[in-house]
Amino acid sequence: MSYIRSFALFWWNFVVGDDWRVAAGVAVALGLTSLLTHEDVNAWWLLPLAIGLLLAGSLWREARRVS
Amino acid sequence: MGCVSTSTVLLIVGAFLASAVEMVEALTIVLGVGIVRGWRSTLIGVGAATVVLATLVAALGPALRVVPIGTLRLVVGALLLAFGLQWLRKAILRSSGFVSHKDEDAAFRRQREQAAAARREERAGLDWYSFTVAFKGVLLEGLEVVFIVISFGSAQGRIGLASAGAAAAFVLVIGAGVLARGPLERVPENTIKFVVGLLLTTFGCFWGAEGAGVDWPGDELSLLGVLAFLGAASFMFVRVLRRRRLAVAPMEAPA
Repeated sequence: MSYIRSFALFWWNFVVGDDWRVAAGVAVALGLTSLLTHEDVNAWWLLPLAIGLLLAGSLWREARRVS
Repeated sequence: MGCVSTSTVLLIVGAFLASAVEMVEALTIVLGVGIVRGWRSTLIGVGAATVVLATLVAALGPALRVVPIGTLRLVVGALLLAFGLQWLRKAILRSSGFVSHKDEDAAFRRQREQAAAARREERAGLDWYSFTVAFKGVLLEGLEVVFIVISFGSAQGRIGLASAGAAAAFVLVIGAGVLARGPLERVPENTIKFVVGLLLTTFGCFWGAEGAGVDWPGDELSLLGVLAFLGAASFMFVRVLRRRRLAVAPMEAPA
């Protein structure tokens, strides 16, 4: 059981890393982009914008935590 | 033709730099063990890990060809974004002084001390400590290389090119390591990680959005636009965080 747990933990750290909110935000942004394109809106701008906001939020949280 | 060249150049550069920076870290581990405890078991560990990694690329590469390209790009884009943003986030925090820079020389000294202190245990005719440390070190650092090569290569249908970039990095790092006979502490690791983080995030954004049904204006040329936007945003974050760091602890601020 501990082997399975270690294996799952390794992949979690590998893909998600220190801030799970970033990975969750990426999933939400991709979902929203997909929804908009299905409604014939070419939402190419949404993902770069979301990435900038997610990165800013994550950095801000870490900076506050460290200082 | 110009559009194809843009993505091809970024693909090779990304695979090369990401592989180089991971191989520098693996080299530090291997040298630390090999110099102290001998090379036979250490190199067998390196060889075994390399075989596992090559098998992964050989098995996963063709298997991914059966996945529809739209689905593949969506999944690969999401993974690259999550992965690339980790690299970028850490590089920004290091550049702004919120996280200390990785010191390969200190890591090398630590590795040597641990290797000297570990007791000798023979298994299957091998010094088990040397074998397992070298195997795990190369496998764990190499998994990131494999992930990048497969995701970069499969989403663009160019696993061969991505592998060539990784192979070039392997030759360069090993050659430099043999010449230096020590860890490559002068490699600007954080700068490379910054660039790789930007490239991983850019490709993740491009393919993820394409997989979600987006038509990028200018097609592959928009890769450069995304890269420029993310680069500018990242440098702005570094400046803002540096200022905040100076305001919080002026004496400890980095040069």
